[in-house]
Amino acid sequence: MASGNRPLSPHLQVYRPQLTSLLSILHRITGVGLWAGALMMTYWLSSATYGPEAFERAQGILGSWFGRLVLLGLTAALYYHLANGIRHLAWDIGWGFEMDNLQISGWAVVVFTGVMTLLTFLAGYWVAGAI
Amino acid sequence: MVEFMLPANSKISEGKSFPAPTGATQIKKFKIYRFDPDSGENPRWDTFEVDLDTCGPMVLDALIKIKNEMDSTLAFRRSCREGVCGSCAFNIGDSVGGTNTLACTKPIKEIKGDITISPLPHLPVIKDLVPDLSVPYAQYTSIKPWLQADTPPPPGERLQSPDEREELDGLWECILCFSCQTSCPSYWWNGDRYLGAAILLQAYRWIADSRDEATDKRLDDLDDPFRLFRCHTIMNCTATCPKGLNPGKAIAEIKTALIKRR
Repeated sequence: MASGNRPLSPHLQVYRPQLTSLLSILHRITGVGLWAGALMMTYWLSSATYGPEAFERAQGILGSWFGRLVLLGLTAALYYHLANGIRHLAWDIGWGFEMDNLQISGWAVVVFTGVMTLLTFLAGYWVAGAI
Repeated sequence: MVEFMLPANSKISEGKSFPAPTGATQIKKFKIYRFDPDSGENPRWDTFEVDLDTCGPMVLDALIKIKNEMDSTLAFRRSCREGVCGSCAFNIGDSVGGTNTLACTKPIKEIKGDITISPLPHLPVIKDLVPDLSVPYAQYTSIKPWLQADTPPPPGERLQSPDEREELDGLWECILCFSCQTSCPSYWWNGDRYLGAAILLQAYRWIADSRDEATDKRLDDLDDPFRLFRCHTIMNCTATCPKGLNPGKAIAEIKTALIKRR
């Protein structure tokens, strides 16, 4: 009987995606996204020091529909990572480990992200006079 | 190491179908992971149509019925059939996906549609639903899961107050089925160095024991970026435990204990 060529049992292929694991991987993805977002913000701010043309160009890129879409994602990533980070801090002091609390705090983070992202964009458009 | 895809020798093909006996009215399809080490072939999904009118209520009943009546070559571990031995843990679910649990305490009725059964995830497969558990067992040995004390035992036994005994509730009930251990993506990617949920719950079971005098040594051994701190609080472990225990919380207690003793 060969034991060297044993197959690996399926893992991601069969394991049910669920709130616990999805929010965990989302925390990592948004963390990486925020790193890219920080670069983008740096580009926007530093473009102003290069003069009005450079700033106009940056405004044009970030203000395009695609730029706005990226900013929307970035805003959601920021709120998600913030809220789920607080969830992690609570775990670090031993709070919220019961299964029902995990469900409640998980969904709270999702709702918080959605509502705050929406409010932020509404506020942005309102300040810009678009609504 | 993180590898999302299965290696070439582990890719699963469609296998054989075993139809229900004629005249069966309440048919449930069971899609079961099969691997025959003697064939030299890749694993496959075999489909068994089980007549629920002549089958017991639990998933394990169906597995035993399949082995008795449809295909005697089906290999799986089972013993007590009442959730105390921890032998019959598999990944059980539907077409969307499964979670790890004991076949003997999982009612067939709880699963809508076809039932999928595969071995505990991300382990080498010996045959069909029987995975090689050598690594988790070696990890279990590594935490020295026995009472360590230099104080000579008093006549009779080492006593605990009711409060001290209560500290062990939610820990002693673990039956080492490794459902939690193999539900954890972090254990999938770093199972050679990360101890995993079941082993860490057991480690905490001895840290929390008032009679044990090796707490400091135990914490020293766990204070490691991989052995303990590959836990990222994903919490698949607690979500899947068939005994309703909380390995994720036990791991957090170890982390807290490490900080408190500084």
